[in-house]
Amino acid sequence: MTRYSRYWTAFVTIFTKEFLRFARIWLQTILPPAITTTLYYIIFGNLIGSRIGEMDGFSYIDFIVPGLILMAVITNSYSNVVSSFFSSKYQHHVEELIISPVPNWIILAGYVSGGVSRGVLVGVTVTVVSLFFTDIQVQSYGWTLAVFVLTSILFSLAGFINAVYANSFDDITIVPTFILTPLTYLGGVFYSINMLPEFWQQVSLANPILYMVNAFRYGLLGVSDISMGVALSIVVLFILVLSAFSLYLLNRGIGIKS
Amino acid sequence: MNALAISDLRKVYKNGFEALKGIDITVGEGDFFALLGPNGAGKSTAIGIISSLVNKTSGRVEVFGHDLDKDPESVKSCIGLVPQEFNFNMWERIGEIIVNQAGFYGIPRKEAWRRAETSLKQLDLWDKRNQMSRTLSGGMKRRLMIARALVHRPKLLILDEPTAGVDIEIRRSMWKFMSELNAHGTTIILTTHYLEEAESLCRNIAIINQGRIVENTRMDRLLHQLHTETFVLNLRDPLDELPLLDSFQLVRLDEQRVEVAISSDQSINQLFEQLTGKGIGITSMRNKQNRLEQLFINMVENARNGVTQ
Repeated sequence: MTRYSRYWTAFVTIFTKEFLRFARIWLQTILPPAITTTLYYIIFGNLIGSRIGEMDGFSYIDFIVPGLILMAVITNSYSNVVSSFFSSKYQHHVEELIISPVPNWIILAGYVSGGVSRGVLVGVTVTVVSLFFTDIQVQSYGWTLAVFVLTSILFSLAGFINAVYANSFDDITIVPTFILTPLTYLGGVFYSINMLPEFWQQVSLANPILYMVNAFRYGLLGVSDISMGVALSIVVLFILVLSAFSLYLLNRGIGIKS
Repeated sequence: MNALAISDLRKVYKNGFEALKGIDITVGEGDFFALLGPNGAGKSTAIGIISSLVNKTSGRVEVFGHDLDKDPESVKSCIGLVPQEFNFNMWERIGEIIVNQAGFYGIPRKEAWRRAETSLKQLDLWDKRNQMSRTLSGGMKRRLMIARALVHRPKLLILDEPTAGVDIEIRRSMWKFMSELNAHGTTIILTTHYLEEAESLCRNIAIINQGRIVENTRMDRLLHQLHTETFVLNLRDPLDELPLLDSFQLVRLDEQRVEVAISSDQSINQLFEQLTGKGIGITSMRNKQNRLEQLFINMVENARNGVTQ
């Protein structure tokens, strides 16, 4: 058994464990985002949206579809990793991993892939739901899939960092409530930033979620407020920075070793 | 080759508490080694460092020749740990816990199930493999942690109070299991508060107190240091008055029980001869205290009072 085949087995074990964790309780993990998004389509898309008119050349409901799908991807990939890793700390079964000869990058990759699988699965479910309410024609499958995966990776990493620092269940809800949700709502999900005054347009550019929403909107609708090159570079940059920071935390044992 | 070699190991926690003050321990391959000490002495910190759960402040740890700093993966591959507290996922099935642990060590799933079957059967848990771990009794949870620690066939098994809170029947079956493992070549380090357990199972012993090793020797040599043993004698007939004996001092416990201290240069035969001579019959006798327990208490108290051994 070579070192890399051992690593592969360890990675598959962590990934399978993480996948089954949320898949077994799909009623609590996959179905709720589909219901929430359906309500958004009915209320904001059909009822209120019909009075708003067009945005960036699209009906309002078509305009908000990419943002709503991405919002589900972001919250689910984040919450999957933060709750799973914190729970493993809380119940101490993270020790099973710490004492075993699994390199830290495999541990991180296993948890992140679990978060990505939930993010993508929820994203696909919500996309299927959106087909019942809109006539969207996907402009670029490549961009759409890439943004799905990259966004899930980024927010899985963010969830992992949150879990490392969390000492109580309250700590894992603070970031989603006070940071993630405001950034998502102000990230151009429900409006085009061109509608904002110049100053607030510049402030919005500091919000990383804006780039993801626009990149995803480009993949689905072919329009964006941001250049695709810039959007992709910023997302990849964030992934690299958060990956390096997560590995630093694991290597130092911060939050998991005394 | 040594299974474990620790030198000048120190640990200072963030709050400034110095849990280990430079300890040295060597455990030979194939040994059954007891690491004893009162609560808070530093046993769990030492075990935590060896198994990578705790970061050391300084010092060196080698497991089967692998340096923990230079080659942690090889060190981890050699060790199986049964911790003091339950640390498995309470929402996972027993079989999955074992198979996942094997997966972390790179053992493919098919082989992992084969090994899980073997170890769960040995520990009478195979029938419960599809049960959620939280539904197990305390004794079964302890056995589950042993099965999990053995799935990658470690050369060094560290048992941190493995029999805490289990009934005597299960404890004895676990002693038998541990002895058999050791007989098949697994080096075992045991911490326990049941000193009869350490006395009957272990060949070598280290006693740690306030972060320092106060004794590190062979079990038989340590027990030989015990100069006096106290026995409780159950008398055939009630005794109105304590008899005067040559060089033995009886202490009355109740009408039909007395205790007597016998030093290492005296013999029990002498005591029985004198009692028989005075017409006092003995129906049974027992050690008032486990021998190791007596030594342990002496050592810890001496260390606390600053008396040198």
